[in-house]
Amino acid sequence: MTDPAPANPSRRAPASQQAQVLPAPANAAAIGGSVSLTINGTALKVPLGTTILEAARTAGIQIPTLCHHPDLCIAGVCRICCVEVEGQRTLQAACAYPVTAPIKVSTHTRKVRQARRHVLDLLLSEHFGECYACGRNLNCELQSLARDYGVDGFRFGHPERPRFPIDRSSYSVVRDRDKCILCRRCVRTCIDLQEVGTLEVLGRSDRSRIGTFLEKPLGGVVCINCGQCINRCPTGALRANDPTDEVWAAIQDPAKHVVIQTAPSPRAAIGECFGLPPGRALTLELNTALRLCGFDKVFDTNFAADLTIMEETTELLLRLREALAGRAAALPQFSSCSPGWVKYLEHFHPDYLPHLSTAKSPQQMFGAVIKTWYAHQHGLAPRDIVTVALMPCSAKKFECNRPEMDASGFKDVDYGLTTRELAKMISETGLDLVHLPKSDFDAPFGTATGSGVIFGATGGVMEAALRTLLELVTGEPVEDLYRHADITPVRGFEGIKHLELTLPRVGPVPALLAPLFTDWDWLKGATLKLAVAHGTANARRVMEDIQRGGPFSRCHFIEFMGCPGGCLGGGGQPIPTSPAIRQARADAIYQEDSSYPIRKSHENPDVQKLYREFLTEGPCGPLSHRLLHTRYTARGRYIE
Amino acid sequence: MSAIPTFSAQVPEAGLRAALALDRAGILAVIAASGLRGRGGAGFPTSVKWNLAASAQAGRKFMVCNADEGEPGTFKDRVILMDHPGLVFEGMTIAAKAIGAREGILFLRGEYAYLRGGLEQALARRRDQGLLGPDILGSGLGFDLRIFMGAGAYICGEETALIECLEGFRGEPRNRPPFPVDTGFLGCPTVVNNVETLAWAACILDRGAAWFRSSGTVPSSGRKLFSVSGDCARPGVYELPLGITVAELLREVGGEGAKAVQIGGAAGQCAPAREFGRTLAFEDIPTGGSVIVFGPQRDMLEVLRNFLEFFIDESCGQCTPCRLGNPKLLEGVERLRAGRCSMAYLNELRALGETMQVASKCGLGQSSPNAFLSIVDHFRDEIMGRNAVPARAQAKAGR
Repeated sequence: MTDPAPANPSRRAPASQQAQVLPAPANAAAIGGSVSLTINGTALKVPLGTTILEAARTAGIQIPTLCHHPDLCIAGVCRICCVEVEGQRTLQAACAYPVTAPIKVSTHTRKVRQARRHVLDLLLSEHFGECYACGRNLNCELQSLARDYGVDGFRFGHPERPRFPIDRSSYSVVRDRDKCILCRRCVRTCIDLQEVGTLEVLGRSDRSRIGTFLEKPLGGVVCINCGQCINRCPTGALRANDPTDEVWAAIQDPAKHVVIQTAPSPRAAIGECFGLPPGRALTLELNTALRLCGFDKVFDTNFAADLTIMEETTELLLRLREALAGRAAALPQFSSCSPGWVKYLEHFHPDYLPHLSTAKSPQQMFGAVIKTWYAHQHGLAPRDIVTVALMPCSAKKFECNRPEMDASGFKDVDYGLTTRELAKMISETGLDLVHLPKSDFDAPFGTATGSGVIFGATGGVMEAALRTLLELVTGEPVEDLYRHADITPVRGFEGIKHLELTLPRVGPVPALLAPLFTDWDWLKGATLKLAVAHGTANARRVMEDIQRGGPFSRCHFIEFMGCPGGCLGGGGQPIPTSPAIRQARADAIYQEDSSYPIRKSHENPDVQKLYREFLTEGPCGPLSHRLLHTRYTARGRYIE
Repeated sequence: MSAIPTFSAQVPEAGLRAALALDRAGILAVIAASGLRGRGGAGFPTSVKWNLAASAQAGRKFMVCNADEGEPGTFKDRVILMDHPGLVFEGMTIAAKAIGAREGILFLRGEYAYLRGGLEQALARRRDQGLLGPDILGSGLGFDLRIFMGAGAYICGEETALIECLEGFRGEPRNRPPFPVDTGFLGCPTVVNNVETLAWAACILDRGAAWFRSSGTVPSSGRKLFSVSGDCARPGVYELPLGITVAELLREVGGEGAKAVQIGGAAGQCAPAREFGRTLAFEDIPTGGSVIVFGPQRDMLEVLRNFLEFFIDESCGQCTPCRLGNPKLLEGVERLRAGRCSMAYLNELRALGETMQVASKCGLGQSSPNAFLSIVDHFRDEIMGRNAVPARAQAKAGR
């Protein structure tokens, strides 16, 4: 099965925002595919077409950049990477200039240094830098460049007050035009990387500005809240909607019982906010920190992830039964735990909403269970419980505010807190997170499995679902089919992955599913067709293939994640992001998975207890449907 | 308006017929021998551009005529399009054969929408006469072209911004390399030539490279159209040899006594009277044709302000030096007008202008400081003696 055909390139971002396609020079064969150059007198040999910037990096030579980003196509607009190429009158943008012939490059001549300073002076003449009061203080690329390149005065002035209102209309993303330096990374992210197209450059010349359709507030246009734009913004022009003041207020209110659930991706990345290299999970140190901050209980979202697997896998089996019996069924089933992906489908393909699993995301399931069962068990009034979710995600701020997310009778999840926001809260306390003693999560939601952990990586939901589905259906350990239960074909950052799995045998129906199934005979010899896509550009490919009746329309289950890399690359994660950083976070997540004693969702004793004592009709039973399942809203692309 | 002698005397389709009798290499050789350089202002050797596109390996290539004549003071292409459209289409067809393109586009600036009807009629006639279509004059050459309307942006005269506009996007210049001859419209090899360049190409194929070389200078061969306006007795379009001096041109147009001549439009250079001995040629003062004559009564600072306002209006806004630098230069002009610009800050702005000339992403930002630098240098006395703010007061104001 081949990947779906790429979209017509001329319908995508303009050439100025697309990756450059460099023609092979006529003498490519003669010069053997590589080319020599010198940078500051150092001789290098690089593959043909390498940019000056990439070549410099191989030699450890620093060239400043601002509009350049490893995830995005080349822009060449900020001009701070300009260097001198012998024989050329004008300076050349190192990020955009491909080396196809031997050249001599100088990176710090008088002209280059002057140009760099001028670029910074000009940007600073427009950028309203209130650094002390800005969320990107000390993590701002403009600040770093000003420091590194010797800015010692505002040659062309500096704004003393803001000129534009801040757009706080979105639950997730806040836009502050005064800080924008028009690097266009957000536009390239939204048009080219995510293929959503919420942000574009409007106007021209010094009236250029990043804006939305008809300059409407962000909360009212087609925006999926994925926050990928926030992650790539070099300054504080884009940030997440920050509820830390409200969370502190709840913590300090003695009448409130404040619980926090933590997700695997923030735990794998929060160290980056404290100077650690990416890939060191601080899960257990974080528990200690959270209690010291004043949270009454610290729960593991992975518990709810396991719950999600139970509900969603059962739902898939129910749909499969219909389909394999020749009756209509909404297949392929789409995963539903990524709120960015869910909103994407609601806007762009509302007629496919029935394909979404009705299971809520782990965050939302958890909120419903906490304000019903947990409250009852512990003699707490649900109105006195405040549920906070630590998520790598900016879209979860929108998700928890959906009107239908009130199954408990109250707002199931009160606040979505990002990794960065929690890092700020911890830093306000002065706690040395990295060196805190480790401690466990609180009962009754303290046990998690490896399956829950891997939700953070693309392919994780699929792998978790398969570990459970294969064991519940075959009755045999999944380790018989995949060593260590590591279903590696669905792992990794390839944009779209697919897997076909023929069930080797069927076993008895487990007691938990007895209310719904009498046997698995109808699954004998069935071949499951599965796919995994991450980032909405890949989601779009898959959806277009499904609409055309292509191979993906014959899949049974597709995991979609709104963010490139999966949740570990979410809009709430530490800044900066890059392919290498996301790889390190993924490694940490899969390592945590292998270290767990229990690795399958259905073996989670806390989950089993919940079904025994509370959700007694089992997964997808009436109570489960009321609390743990949801409905969607066809939004379409038209806005008011 | 003067008629254009050479174009008026040119026998229609004589160039095309000569080209059809040659092979691609033959046409390229004639253009190379003629030394023809782009007549839009940049002066890029036409044969080099055509050769690069000809040798590009691609199934689909495009021949684009840049009729986005937007440089202030340039109106010669308008006259060519009105009076000699056939010559332009002839040139496009010859170019198409030389490079191997079957499709052509004429990018017509939005302000020339009133010319479109006439041009479409001319195209229809050519198709009827077998001068455009699948088998031109029975030669086997297939080429046709369509007209694409611009919408009033000067930046779309820059060839990569023009191509972006053709593709339906914002008219913003691309990163170069790669160049359009490699990767142009829809990623295909594309040659973008000025209207006048194509008209001369048609003449050259008929009359020969030696004829073309018999005028002009060695580096700037041939004749050129100049559109002259301003403080002169006989403004209009003139056909003159390249290498003519400013003084000779002023005599021709009745502009003796001028204080300054702006050559090359707002993006060009301002020649003061003491430089009227210089020549209009690519090796000296280049121009796409725009010549604006300023009489002694003109305020050069006002002229400069007008030019900078133009560039600020027309900048695409992509790159930092142009988007933010031009307003700073204009602000400097306002300070000079008010007598509030110190020498120190003026030097800062001169340095900024130099940076813009080398660091801007395209020719607009690279040339917008030209007027600032040349007027500030050549008319220092006129500019600095403004509103006579006493030196003491200037020092107190800190500037």
